[in-house]
Amino acid sequence: MYEDEAIPCCCSPQEQGESISYIDSERFLSGTIETVIGQVPRVKAELTSADKIGSFKARWGVGRMSYAVALGLYAVGNPTPDSPVLVSANYKLSFDCLRQELGDLDLWILVIDTKGINVWCAAGKGTFGTAEIVRMVDKTSLSEVVTHRRLILPQLGAPGVAAHRVKAESGFRVTYGPVRAGDLPAFLNNGFKAEPEMRRTTFTLADRLILTPVEIVALLKPLAGLALAIFLLSSAALVVGKIQYSLAAALLQTATVLLPFIGAALTGAVLAPALLPYIPGRALAWKGWLLGMLLAIILVAFLYGSASWLLKSAYLLAIPAIASFLSLNFTGSTTYTSLSGVVKEMGVALPVMIISASLGTVALIVSFFI
Amino acid sequence: MKYRYLKDVVTLKLDQNKCNGCGLCLEVCPQQVFTMENRLSSITDRDACMECGACAQNCAPRAIYVRPGVGCAYAVLMDKLGIKGKCCGDVCGCNLEGISDY
Repeated sequence: MYEDEAIPCCCSPQEQGESISYIDSERFLSGTIETVIGQVPRVKAELTSADKIGSFKARWGVGRMSYAVALGLYAVGNPTPDSPVLVSANYKLSFDCLRQELGDLDLWILVIDTKGINVWCAAGKGTFGTAEIVRMVDKTSLSEVVTHRRLILPQLGAPGVAAHRVKAESGFRVTYGPVRAGDLPAFLNNGFKAEPEMRRTTFTLADRLILTPVEIVALLKPLAGLALAIFLLSSAALVVGKIQYSLAAALLQTATVLLPFIGAALTGAVLAPALLPYIPGRALAWKGWLLGMLLAIILVAFLYGSASWLLKSAYLLAIPAIASFLSLNFTGSTTYTSLSGVVKEMGVALPVMIISASLGTVALIVSFFI
Repeated sequence: MKYRYLKDVVTLKLDQNKCNGCGLCLEVCPQQVFTMENRLSSITDRDACMECGACAQNCAPRAIYVRPGVGCAYAVLMDKLGIKGKCCGDVCGCNLEGISDY
């Protein structure tokens, strides 16, 4: 592949100077099985409540970057030297996703070092890649454990892997399995053949919404900053206006002025992703802008009908810009946006957002003093 | 439902003269961009391409070109601002955990 070109993608914890801490393996292992290379740990094929709590925390961004499992070979059920070998990432969510689908099967799982990142993202970075697979096949002496020479990789690992190079360098032939772990039993029973629908990524309402908690958490800080700024402006306006200062009055005004901005944030980060396929247009920045504009018009026409024209203008300018920016950010979570497309829509959308948000900010500040 | 992104923007190219007809590009493409025609791969839904690079990476005769990348506005923005190492996990959901890969 064209490895010299920059691939903007997710960082790994190691690049951030953090060390990976591995999950206590006792939680998901049940005994070992004897092989020619010694004891191989056997994983449980069902999730415990500890696994589910861990997944929930990771989705809300708690300890997400150190949610890794130890590298190496694992057994599921009672595998033999003829049993298939699946390759997976060392991100605990990916690993859980895989093992919970393998209830009645006997097979091997080779966990490779993706720096605690899931398969798709690691493949984009090349950490789920040819070199790491070859390294782990060698390190685990896989060719002694199994008699066949076939590795089953998740299809979404393909952007990082050159199947022909894995074959040349390790002797193992790569077969790409289905996109979703849930289709693996059918794939394995079907002689390693994936039906066309197993090869398609989907992007259902649940797929879109499961990504929103992290976005909401990320919004708390900027919203808190905005709340503080509005509170200071309210207080300053009360003092300048020589009105008897009261904390209650300042807080009430802060809440009133802030509320539409919270609405804008939720519109861009939750509503736009939820309604994605039903909002007209293609560019995500446009979809977010449209919803933001609808929200702003509704607010200005009804709930904030008695507000000053400056505050109304501030909302009409800033709310669509905020919603637009956040839904543009959702491009990173979709299963269908291309880098070229994102660069193109950013070129148009960013200047509009910056001008609109700046004018909105000026209008907001002035509105306190007039 | 198939989502549609912007028209005519992607960098995907296929040189049928180099194609050996192995069909691996059809297998790895998550967007069904390719079909087989007369034992050669053919691009039949170019606008569906998300530039993941899987096809080019797995094309032994190097018949496919695509500038691979992740269509993530946040990553592009950080890249432009010269800020490295601040990406998903921190802020965005670009881990694509929703599609439950393994």
